[in-house]
Amino acid sequence: MPNLEHPAYPAADLLRLESLVPCRESQVSMLLSIFGERQQFSFPSIFIYGHTSSGKTYVMQTLLTTLQLPHVFVNCMEYFTSRLLLEEILIQLQTCSSDTEQASPVHCDSFNDFVRLFKQAVASRELQDQTLYVVLDRAEQLREMEANILPAFLRLQELTDRNVTVVLLSEIVWELFRPNVGCFEPFTMYFPDYSIGHLQKILSQNHPPEYSADFYAAYINILLGVFYMVCRDLKELRHLAALNFSKYCEPVVRGEANERDTRKLWKNIEPHLKKAMQTVYLREISSSQWERLQHDGGEPGQLKGLSAHTHVELPYYSKFLLIAAYLASYNPVRTDKRFFLKHHGKIRKTNFLKKHEKTSNHLLGPKPFPLDRLLAILYSIVDNRVAPTANIFSQITSLVTLQLLSMVGQNDQLDGPRYKCTVSLDFIRAIAR
Amino acid sequence: AHDFRSTSGDSEDTELRFVTCQSLWNQIKSETEQIQEDLNKQLLDNLVGFLSRSHSEFQEKTTEWTCRMKFREIPAAALVLGVNVTDHDLTFRGLSDVLQDNITPYVALLEAKDCPSIKNLIQKLMGQLMSCDVDVDSLEDEDYVQVSQNRIRCSMSSLINWYESVIKKTDSETPSKKRNSASRHWDSPPVVVIFKDMESFTTKVLQDFIVISSQHIHELPLVLIFGIATSPMIIHRLLPHSVSSLLCIELFQSVSCKEHLSAIIDKLLLTSQFPFKLGEKVLQVLINIFLYHDFSVQNFIKGFQLSVVEHFYSQPLSVLCCQLEDVKKRVNSLSHDQCENIRRLPSFRRYVEKQESGKQIDLLTNDTFLKEETEKLLEDLHVYHENYVSILRCLHVFTSSLPKYPLGKQIRELHCACLENRVWETEEYESSLQLARMLNKTDLVTMLQQCVEILMSSSGKEFDKTIDKLKEFLTQFQNLEAEASQERDVSVSSQKELQKKTDLYHLQKTLLELKESRRSKKLTKFEMLRFEVVDSIDSLVRKYLVPADTKTLHEIMYFNTATVLRGHLNAAPRTALHTALNNPHWYLKNQALKCDGGGISNKAPDICIVYKLHLECGRLINLVDWLEAFSTVVMAAEEPNADAASSDQVDDIIHARFIRAVSELELLGFIKPSKQKTDHVARLTWGGC
Repeated sequence: MPNLEHPAYPAADLLRLESLVPCRESQVSMLLSIFGERQQFSFPSIFIYGHTSSGKTYVMQTLLTTLQLPHVFVNCMEYFTSRLLLEEILIQLQTCSSDTEQASPVHCDSFNDFVRLFKQAVASRELQDQTLYVVLDRAEQLREMEANILPAFLRLQELTDRNVTVVLLSEIVWELFRPNVGCFEPFTMYFPDYSIGHLQKILSQNHPPEYSADFYAAYINILLGVFYMVCRDLKELRHLAALNFSKYCEPVVRGEANERDTRKLWKNIEPHLKKAMQTVYLREISSSQWERLQHDGGEPGQLKGLSAHTHVELPYYSKFLLIAAYLASYNPVRTDKRFFLKHHGKIRKTNFLKKHEKTSNHLLGPKPFPLDRLLAILYSIVDNRVAPTANIFSQITSLVTLQLLSMVGQNDQLDGPRYKCTVSLDFIRAIAR
Repeated sequence: AHDFRSTSGDSEDTELRFVTCQSLWNQIKSETEQIQEDLNKQLLDNLVGFLSRSHSEFQEKTTEWTCRMKFREIPAAALVLGVNVTDHDLTFRGLSDVLQDNITPYVALLEAKDCPSIKNLIQKLMGQLMSCDVDVDSLEDEDYVQVSQNRIRCSMSSLINWYESVIKKTDSETPSKKRNSASRHWDSPPVVVIFKDMESFTTKVLQDFIVISSQHIHELPLVLIFGIATSPMIIHRLLPHSVSSLLCIELFQSVSCKEHLSAIIDKLLLTSQFPFKLGEKVLQVLINIFLYHDFSVQNFIKGFQLSVVEHFYSQPLSVLCCQLEDVKKRVNSLSHDQCENIRRLPSFRRYVEKQESGKQIDLLTNDTFLKEETEKLLEDLHVYHENYVSILRCLHVFTSSLPKYPLGKQIRELHCACLENRVWETEEYESSLQLARMLNKTDLVTMLQQCVEILMSSSGKEFDKTIDKLKEFLTQFQNLEAEASQERDVSVSSQKELQKKTDLYHLQKTLLELKESRRSKKLTKFEMLRFEVVDSIDSLVRKYLVPADTKTLHEIMYFNTATVLRGHLNAAPRTALHTALNNPHWYLKNQALKCDGGGISNKAPDICIVYKLHLECGRLINLVDWLEAFSTVVMAAEEPNADAASSDQVDDIIHARFIRAVSELELLGFIKPSKQKTDHVARLTWGGC
């Protein structure tokens, strides 16, 4: 086990840090060695990537706060425009640096302004000799901002001529970031996924005060046995663990089993967890409903999940419109005559039919069709006469807003609009009944 | 729309009609609103419970281990409202009112069309939240909010700052005010964000918003409400698992629109509270629009309103369409013209013809006599209504439990059938009676009890006898029960006999005998009674469920011009356009344009000629041919003999007229320029509609 060692920081802090970041010691020590001592210039930009909940944000945050390094932490998702992002960085700089009361609101329209204001802000601080860390979480959002933002952040140290390091956190690899005009290459670092052993260790760390650590660890072991196949998200697992723990304890509370009676406990919890996987995990029913269910001891079958309510009630003509749209989307045009005309003549048996229709049309997905074809099919599948009233046309539009149909090619409405049917065969079957 | 006066002089009581119409409509409107409120009450109560639960848990036990460990999800309510999107507005308005009264002052309603991006969404959200804050603070520091709104940064952090400042402010307020607000809300009320039309939001906006707000759920207690028109599956379709796992979704379902409609029909039409009635055809039009097209209760009510207005506008005698108490006064004050109007009513004329000659003359010449008679007839009509409704409900009790519902499952279908013609002459009625004759006893008894209840609660005075009769039936059924036990003994013994015999031949014989006896057996007492019950119901139907249009003076109460309504509510733009272009006489009323059959008159407007010519073409139209045909038609009548002289050269003016007409057609969307062939245009429509 690599102990964290660094001459620049007190050993007590390092020890605390180590206890806070289990299973990430190697990454932390790597980062520390890159950071160097407080006053030393560090690498201008560091790019850290790894899968969801592999501890990127958490490790960065704990590292910076425990060692009390000056830093700015911004989530790019939240500050969705470049202006908001830059202003937020400046605001955080102002508040964390000086003891002076709330400075005036910042206005920063371009990166040029940002560099100027950044210099001012850093100059006013007494921490000039320390490295400032700017952490940009969810850095993939940067790609959607102006083209200059990402390259400029990568060489912020050079542009501002100050002791600053930019850390980018992202879930995707650096190759997808690199602009095609080229830019300063950051130091990239990978956070690997937690293994099952890591998950076990981390999850067992926070056991409830009423129960012993071993008891909780055994529970986590069972939980991981059920859920590891489908979910490796630490947050989600922890949530599930908290949700189902009371059920696990039930036999112990009732006095039917003691804490070491693992087999009995396993028998009690396993079907319950499986049920949880089908319901709560998929958000079919909400976690608060699940808790109430546990509390009342009811069967999960009573509560219908979200997917149980698939039936949609539609007006009479809307149903036919949707069926017509489905037929138009999945049948080739040349079969229309055969299917919808009363006197279609004989069906010619040719080989070429077989050649093309080997792949099912359902695999190819819906095809767009013009409005007139939809109406023509509608007229032929509805028994009585349908007047082309405004109501029929408005129903088509409302089907589009309900996302049952979708409009293809947003061009002129008069120019023969084309639609696609977006519902599945099962849905149409349910409607056609 | 209410300009009644312009139609004629005041001899037709326009003023009074207008007032009557307005007061009637106001009554109806408040009634419908009441119905809507009652129907939504359950849903709103559930929602309020959910909201008050959602954040209180976290406020109480933040220190507990499970709460610390649990990932904090955003509480979200999925509100399934059905496809009738036009009705949702009212529901949402009611919802936000209820929330503001009970839970929190901070409610924001978002629509997809306002939120094409996350930026717009947050802007809109902040705008709404901060303005509702102004309302709560009774405008005392309006200028402060105004200023801050202008230079506010639209981000989540400024929203959080705002929320904190608001909470602090309510804490530091004067104690009296604080108590006032604390009684309704708690110290940190949640912020409710309602997405009106979840389907129309783009996935990215929703995802971003949820991700961002989930990071701040500790500082800003947010609750989301998704308005869903189709099915809750849409949540999974719009949001990936990584986002939906941030939500704690509970499902709520509103009353289905069909139930809503039934309630409306029940309260508005099947009641004697309102004198105004819908005729069969009009009702059918409204119900058809509802069922076939939009499922929108609001539109149904709008259609109902239109018929009210149209009735009072077009029927001068509608002044008499009022409560029974006012009838006498109004009849007495009728002018001579109005009396003549009465005499012109078809139903009244039929009535007159049936009278003896002396009375006929009086009715046709003596105004005062006519008025007395009218009053009597109107009273009859009122009584008829009261009886009609009760008996209709009784009949519905019977028909709604029959297999296959020959007369319809809903009372509205039965109502339409009864209005249309004599219901007892229809085949469906016959078959339902036959089915009713086969009902079992328990069903029959419960039905009879229901009927008795309905008749007891009705205000009609004629039902005393009927009630007595039905009650008598009930007692007879009870007596039967005692007798039945004896009979059962008999049948059991015969069964026993059957079991005794094991010989095949004998068995066959006895079975045949049993069959024979059963066929010729006299009806049991129960069966007799059942026939009696059904017959008495039948006689009630024949007596009271007479179609309204056989009643004298029904025109005063019933609105029956369905064509007007259909024209207004179910417009057919394509057909109208076709008629205008194909037969301009229909709209222009110019005698010269009156065409005979398929010929093309050259006096018609150019666009009509061009349109008619283009109907004869295929998908692609050759412009040159078209022009040729056009000029032939135009020249044909102008100079019948000159076409030989200037054969190939088309007149410039005609050319210009042609080009204008064609471009007009293009503007109307009938043709478009085609790139497939030069000098051709493509038709965008087919057939003649």
